[in-house]
Amino acid sequence: MELTREQRQRYNRHIILDGFGVEAQQRLLNAKVLLVGVGGLGSPAAMYLAAAGVGRIGVVDGDTVSVTNLQRQVLHSTCDVGCPKVEVAKERMLSINPDVCVDTYECYLSESNALDLIRPYDFVIDGTDNFSAKYLVNDACVLSGKSFSMGGINRYSGQLMTHVPGTACYRCIFPEPPRKQDVETCAMVGVLGPVAGMLGTVQATECVKCLAGVGQLLTDAMLTFDALSMQWERYELSRRQNCELCGDSPTICELKEYAFQPCKMR
Amino acid sequence: MRVMPPEECNMKISINNEQHETQAVSLAELASQLQLPQKGVAIAIDNQLKPRVSWGNVLLQEGVRVTIIKAACGG
Repeated sequence: MELTREQRQRYNRHIILDGFGVEAQQRLLNAKVLLVGVGGLGSPAAMYLAAAGVGRIGVVDGDTVSVTNLQRQVLHSTCDVGCPKVEVAKERMLSINPDVCVDTYECYLSESNALDLIRPYDFVIDGTDNFSAKYLVNDACVLSGKSFSMGGINRYSGQLMTHVPGTACYRCIFPEPPRKQDVETCAMVGVLGPVAGMLGTVQATECVKCLAGVGQLLTDAMLTFDALSMQWERYELSRRQNCELCGDSPTICELKEYAFQPCKMR
Repeated sequence: MRVMPPEECNMKISINNEQHETQAVSLAELASQLQLPQKGVAIAIDNQLKPRVSWGNVLLQEGVRVTIIKAACGG
């Protein structure tokens, strides 16, 4: 489909970009991305995806905005406290760019809805805040053959990886989540606000690159960031042949046993 | 990590950008000395992530950069 005159203006800085052009922009406009969680990581991701003109963006989050979110979840404003995050996200994304369609799912991803929610989308961005959800995103995406970007943050640091079918998954790095007593959530240990923005923005970058078909993705690798020393480090790995999920003889063949809150569809 | 008497310190390595001395021969021994949890931790040597099942076979060498990465769940 030809770009309209308005689209040519809006996406001009992509279109004139060496190696990008009209074709890559059209791929973005035809693409569908699911954002799981619109908190610290999901906020910048949502805004950049909308601004970039990703044609259809699904947003899954069962939470409402609270005052403690505002220190880092830059999508949400003080006046949004108490409102469903997905509604705030939709309004904000459409105000950035009315050219995109936003699907809202006011619920948490669960073993019963994950495969159905993910199915229509080309790429998934994990912006969840707990291990159950991260393993669910990983497992559901690998089982459905979907590409995704996984992010995690706490204190002054964060970590990221991208998966496309055939490359290492989150379980290749961390086969199982830590024991409950070893888990540190942001609510327990805190997180430096801008770290969420930096990592969520990298996730959006990976997503846009994957959809547009430019550059090399952060696959078979993990990128870590430490704000105190302001150092990024990239670690290489291979798909683990004995991975329980994506290995040669997987033992995880369906979704099961994830702990979640009840779902309220909208 | 356990501090060794000087005569027993036989290998200098860096762990998360700090200098350490260890007698551990393998990555598995080092993980055990550091009392790392069984789950949710990855180790890289010189920017190459080593799957846990391989830790017993990965031999430490003088001067290697060991990085311990804990899974982070915040979002």
